[in-house]
Amino acid sequence: MTGRQREVYAAAIALLATVAIGSVLMLIAHRGPGYVWSEMVVRVLTSPTRLGDALYRATALSLTGLAVSVALDAGLFNIAGEAQLAAGVLACAVVGAALPDGTPWPIAIPICALAAAVAGAAIGAVIGVLRVTRGAHEVITSIMLNEIVAAIVLWIGNAFLFENGTITGPAIASGARLPQLVAGSSANMSFVIAAGAIALVWWLRGRTTWGQALLAVGRDHDAARSVGISVGRVQIAAMTVSGALAGLAATDFVMGNRHAFEEGLGRGFGFVGLSAALLGRLNPIGIGIASLVLGFLSVGGLAVEDIVPKELPEMLEGIVVIAIAIAVPWVMRHARRAA
Amino acid sequence: MIAFVQRVILASITLVLAALGGSVTERSGVIDLAIEAKLLFGAFAAAAVGHATGSLAAAIAAGVIAGMLVAAVQVACAVYGADQVIVGIGLNLIALAGTRFLMQVIYDTGTNTPPSPQLTDGVLANPLVWITVVAAIAVPLAVRRTRWGLRLRAAGDRPESLIAVGVSPARTRLYAGLVGGALAGAGGAKLSLAVAGFSADMAGGRGYIALAMVILAGWRPALAALGALGLAVADALEIHVEITTAIGRHIPTELAHLVPYVLTLAVLAIWSSHDRKPPQALGKP
Repeated sequence: MTGRQREVYAAAIALLATVAIGSVLMLIAHRGPGYVWSEMVVRVLTSPTRLGDALYRATALSLTGLAVSVALDAGLFNIAGEAQLAAGVLACAVVGAALPDGTPWPIAIPICALAAAVAGAAIGAVIGVLRVTRGAHEVITSIMLNEIVAAIVLWIGNAFLFENGTITGPAIASGARLPQLVAGSSANMSFVIAAGAIALVWWLRGRTTWGQALLAVGRDHDAARSVGISVGRVQIAAMTVSGALAGLAATDFVMGNRHAFEEGLGRGFGFVGLSAALLGRLNPIGIGIASLVLGFLSVGGLAVEDIVPKELPEMLEGIVVIAIAIAVPWVMRHARRAA
Repeated sequence: MIAFVQRVILASITLVLAALGGSVTERSGVIDLAIEAKLLFGAFAAAAVGHATGSLAAAIAAGVIAGMLVAAVQVACAVYGADQVIVGIGLNLIALAGTRFLMQVIYDTGTNTPPSPQLTDGVLANPLVWITVVAAIAVPLAVRRTRWGLRLRAAGDRPESLIAVGVSPARTRLYAGLVGGALAGAGGAKLSLAVAGFSADMAGGRGYIALAMVILAGWRPALAALGALGLAVADALEIHVEITTAIGRHIPTELAHLVPYVLTLAVLAIWSSHDRKPPQALGKP
């Protein structure tokens, strides 16, 4: 088996195992799995609104998923997608609202997107620097930053932004708003940004010396060092780019949908980015596909809420993570035995 | 003053037990990112069994068993060769949605379980206080002085040395994980039994703070437990300052609960990790 076949194999097994475990949970909840799954597929595929909502979720997930994968390529876990996305949402909305209303879109859209990316990148950089210079484990600093940033963002909202009594800040300039794709759904043109990011990461990883250095550091520090790569510098760069990608997911929520800062906007997508990255086997195109699968699953879960508790599909986002964690060593052993 | 001490002791139970449990699991070589899941399932199981039986003892036992079950899954995955960080985070995601799913299936509600027996406010009459005190003394001693502790540390530092003397590192890690899970599960039971019921996401990140304590303490269980107690003191003082002083009232309430997080981050940023040696085989299958 080639490396790529192994990855596809592992992802397929994990997905099948997830569907199987989901079916068992449906039986526990006294629902027929066949009926629930088929209703889910039918209700999503026959409704343009739901298909649009799945794309809306997949857009943000592919960006937070890419964020996890770029860091993991360098051997680091970026679990701070929540913090980076929250900071991105705040920065994007504040900058967007500060722009004069007549700002033309070719200026407004890049400025707002840049603000989101820079805010996320700053948090990624802090984690990278602490890891490289102080040896602080990135998982722990990430988790601390998730709490700290969430509280600061909420405080800024309450103290300066929320219009009396609401949890919504001032609206962004009309030039910074991305057009809607399907009437009645949240899908918007930010999927172009996500597609661009997928292409960019694919090119960086596979076609540039920077990408080679990134992967070399992830494989083996000593080997990377021996060919003259500065491991610390690559790790900091990887965390910064990773943070920027997670921050960029704010474009989907702020510029594409709510057009303002809102409490809790985008919450949860940073964590589920891990599911997308792992199911996509750290391959940019794979992550795009995995995001569509996960987007379908969560919209589908809401679509069949009347049949089965909506917590069930939420659980599947965690189960798929465990399934992939087990499928990877399983496939490795299987391949070794077959060879 | 006595009231203050009592409040600190009661408030520290969950974090102290979770930090002790995390120390044991990590010293055996398994990254314990799943403490949050053990707290959540422990809290839920305690509330559910407490409601069904009306017995406080049965409720606490259920919390302990739930924590051990989560640990068994976690260690089994780790021993099989799954990435331990990924397994931990996956279990936490499952616990967050899974406890709400169970509430939905069993009680037809997504927010709170029906009432269970409640722990008393009296410190001396609270069984979990005694469990915590015993654990805080016994766990560090057992890790340092007993054969079980020696094997556990060997599994975390040099698993190959265990194989050489005919002991299975996998089994050693499983036993350590079960003890760690039992402690965290008891900590979870405290969460729900203190308020006579489970509510969604009631662990609120305590599992992550406990892990941070384990790391800051350099994987020494006694120090980790002390750190957890210290956080409870800081927390109680902070509430005190907030209510009684003029400056306190100007601290934004959104930021007041950040003390443990900022403290952990500051310690990690200031003290380089050279003084904190993790178990050498931590995270390796």
